[in-house]
Amino acid sequence: MNVPADRKYTRSHEWAKQEGDLIVVGISDFAQESLGDVVFVEVPEAGREVEAGEAVAVIESVKTASDVYAPVSGKVVEANEALADEPELVNGDPYGAGWLFKIEPSDPAEFEALLGAEDYLKVIEEES
Amino acid sequence: MDFTPHTPDDVRAMLEALGMQELRELFADLPDAILEPELNLPAPLSEQEVLEHVSELAAKNAPAGKAFLGGGQRPHFIPSIIPALVQRGEFLTAYTPYQPEVSQGVLQAVFEYQTMIAELTALDASNASLYDGAAALAEGVLLALRQTRRMGVVVSQGVHPEYRQVLATYLHAVGAELRTVNLQDGLTPEMEFGDEIGAVVLQSPNFLGAIENPAPWIEAAHAARALVVYVADPLSLALLKPPGRWGADIAVGDGQPLGNPMNFGGPQFGYIAVREKLVRQLPGRLVSQTHDVDGRRGYVLALAAREQHIRRAKAKSNITTNAQLTALMGAMHLATLGPDGFAEVAKASVARAHALAAELIRLPGVELVTPEPFFNEFALRLPRPVQSVRALLAERGLHAAAPVSQEYGENIALFAATERHGDSDLHELVQAMGEVLS
Amino acid sequence: MKRDFPVLFERSRAGRRGTLPPAPPEVDLASLLGGDNLREAPPRLPEVDELTVVRHYTNLSRRQVGVDTNFYPLGSCTMKYNPRVNEAASALFAELHPYQDPDTAQGALQIMYELQGYLAEITGMDAVTLQPAAGAHGELTGMLLIRAYHESRGEGEQRRVVLVPDSAHGSNPATASMAGYEVQEVPSGPDGEVDLDALRAALGPQVAAIMLTNPNTLGLFERKILELIDAAHDQGVQLYYDGANLNAIMGWARPGDMGFDVIHLNLHKTFSTPHGGGGPGSGPVGAKAHLAPFLPLPLVKREDGRYLLDYDRPQSIGRMRSFYGNFGVMVRAYVYIRMLGAEGLKKASAMAVLNANYLRKKLAEVGYRIPYDRLCKHEFIAQPPGGLKALDVAKALLDYGYHPPTIYFPLIVKEAMMIEPTETESQETLDEYVSAMAEIARRGLEDPEWIAHTPYHTPVRRLDEVAANRKPVLRWRPEGED
Repeated sequence: MNVPADRKYTRSHEWAKQEGDLIVVGISDFAQESLGDVVFVEVPEAGREVEAGEAVAVIESVKTASDVYAPVSGKVVEANEALADEPELVNGDPYGAGWLFKIEPSDPAEFEALLGAEDYLKVIEEES
Repeated sequence: MDFTPHTPDDVRAMLEALGMQELRELFADLPDAILEPELNLPAPLSEQEVLEHVSELAAKNAPAGKAFLGGGQRPHFIPSIIPALVQRGEFLTAYTPYQPEVSQGVLQAVFEYQTMIAELTALDASNASLYDGAAALAEGVLLALRQTRRMGVVVSQGVHPEYRQVLATYLHAVGAELRTVNLQDGLTPEMEFGDEIGAVVLQSPNFLGAIENPAPWIEAAHAARALVVYVADPLSLALLKPPGRWGADIAVGDGQPLGNPMNFGGPQFGYIAVREKLVRQLPGRLVSQTHDVDGRRGYVLALAAREQHIRRAKAKSNITTNAQLTALMGAMHLATLGPDGFAEVAKASVARAHALAAELIRLPGVELVTPEPFFNEFALRLPRPVQSVRALLAERGLHAAAPVSQEYGENIALFAATERHGDSDLHELVQAMGEVLS
Repeated sequence: MKRDFPVLFERSRAGRRGTLPPAPPEVDLASLLGGDNLREAPPRLPEVDELTVVRHYTNLSRRQVGVDTNFYPLGSCTMKYNPRVNEAASALFAELHPYQDPDTAQGALQIMYELQGYLAEITGMDAVTLQPAAGAHGELTGMLLIRAYHESRGEGEQRRVVLVPDSAHGSNPATASMAGYEVQEVPSGPDGEVDLDALRAALGPQVAAIMLTNPNTLGLFERKILELIDAAHDQGVQLYYDGANLNAIMGWARPGDMGFDVIHLNLHKTFSTPHGGGGPGSGPVGAKAHLAPFLPLPLVKREDGRYLLDYDRPQSIGRMRSFYGNFGVMVRAYVYIRMLGAEGLKKASAMAVLNANYLRKKLAEVGYRIPYDRLCKHEFIAQPPGGLKALDVAKALLDYGYHPPTIYFPLIVKEAMMIEPTETESQETLDEYVSAMAEIARRGLEDPEWIAHTPYHTPVRRLDEVAANRKPVLRWRPEGED
């Protein structure tokens, strides 16, 4: 299972990566694998204020719909518009072109408290 | 008669396979305290007896196949092929098409229905149907509120009062604010909307039958970034500029005029159509074209992730069963009439209604409440209480003068005419009205 | 290579006519309707002759299975035989207008009045509304009754939570949301029944209602139901009964006697009215006396030998539907109840439960796993043997001429197949079905490639649902049009 060490994770299978002042958010390889073919992604509007743990995006496959939770609090500054036409990017490149949205964090400590790659691997092991 | 095939031997053998002697053992897991209540129901009847009984009850009704009553339900002619085709057991006795490989009949029929509704309304997409016009309105408004993330709704008094009542019930449940704008001289007045308003609702032809000019409302709604829900009788769309062309975002209505008997008010079906950007907010079933593993064209239920069986508490609506068979009747009706036949039916209906109105307003004390132009329904103020006029007409075997709620004024009655009314029918009603009112 | 089955629009030829209405009177539409109001171009409906319409729909129907053509043990849907006499009876009432003088519709109102009474009797409730148009519509009506009740006691603000078991139909939580409530799931215990301790822990002054199906979606009767309801009532919590599974217990037990406060029924499941490929249904709601004042407008009542529509109900939640509900469906259910009577209803449920238990036993004998292997009611859950997928078994069944069971529901069982044979199937049908299921399991385990690509003999084979969901095509367009 691909779990890059260059970013943080949540128990609900989001990843979060520092990029300058922003936090980029997506879902893990494990999450996309268990969802199956992604058919639609509902991303949050830019400008929306979100709380850590709040459901802010929805990923749909044919038979399921899963909420994506904000890993950190802050303001959504950008969403991945490419997913509107190519939701399959979430399957093909979950850690790259399949990113979901970017947050301007309001509390840097929240990011630091997220899971590291090793701890996240343990979460996956528990679930599978 | 209970339609079970089990002979006493079958029952014995099947119980034996379960290691049981008595049927009661099948219910051994129920608490004794509530087991086997005495049900007080009439004694069972054979098919012959039940049909005789029900025929007697039917004889206590005066059929209204030539009714001049309106309110969104009217007697229209139904071509013979519709009941014949729709009673085919494959359509009649199927469940929702969850297994597409053996449900292409229903799925393709829905796909064609969706296309027809999109054509009628000049909008991009229709769902597979909703319960009725009122539920379609309520769902259309909830859709607009989801999309705009607002909780304010403005509805014109020109919308059918029963639809508005249903809307009020649904909106109260989710805590949305509903404001009603009264008609002025039978028409919806121009106005502006605040930025708390997510949905603006009007109906044309309105409840009194008048054709509204929806342009100012639609413009004002869009200026406030609200969505417009347009209630339209589908028959009117044969002739009148459709909601999509006026700029509406969502069109809803009741399908009764499309090949469905009145059935004392149901079942028929509700339709909803929307612009492309709202498709994923639609409630209920949607059918999409696709292809199978051999490359053949086929159809499936699509975007199911919006629906209750997947999304549960976060579903767009709780709807599951809708009104598939009656919507299918609507599609068959449009198919066999075609664009010309559909327009001819609408034209005849308009012509008869206008001819009837012209005659009735000559009667002393009768006044046309509906401003012109109107479509195939109109409202009259009568010189006597409407309920008694309706009752006196009924004694003469005529059904007309539907009482209109007090909110529109005193002694107002709704009339309609359709292609089923010939000259002699109109004449008979006019004469009877003359007698009843004198 | 088979050709695609044409869309009706593709059979259209400009100028071809189907049913011809009488020639309309010559009138000037622009002057009657206003020139600016007229449609610029007619809707593009198909232009086809009548025989083409008949063949089109007849051939479409041959690409469709129903109870009339195939055994259809779709769990939770009660696909029993739909007697044709229902259709004949309903047709007698087709030409009634909802606004005609009620004195000229006494027969129709009598049917509604009597049906209200029969359904109250069968469910053990005090009052019934026939207005809801389908099961989920009835659920919403029922939950709004509960909400109005709490509001009338000044507890509307405080009771914000509805408890729903994790095995519930998806419409339950969706309904609770539409009724303005927060949903809290209650886990099932290892025996498949609601975990009473977990439920007790979740109860409190913030809870408005519990929505339950009994027998539940696993087909199991909740044996601790009386205790459970007492515990809830002690805390002022209302009990909602989802009537989707009533076919299991008609005449054997009544939800009202169990203590439920409100119930919805699916006339298109339990009372034999046809499902029509997805409706129209009818979802009457029964309520105990304390909820009756809140029932929607209007109810049918009887006064001095006359039937009338009662709008004088000041505490009503309002209207749920235009007019009086799906009357045509009510006539069908009325006929069914009159034909069966109390004994017939009781026998129907007994045969439904007998068939389900027989099938459960026989499927276990041929290797299917029964995760809750005890006395079931009208349905049960099976799992395919040896790692086969429920989806593949379902698709293989299509080639054997069976409609598959409900699959992947309830969500708490992996690879679930929810099987409900109903009472109108014979022992031979069940035995043949078991043979087919046995053969599918055997062949599927021997030849994984075979089962993975079933079905082979249906009008179309497995369809690309991913494409349909990524880029849905929801309407036909002429070639070349975007």
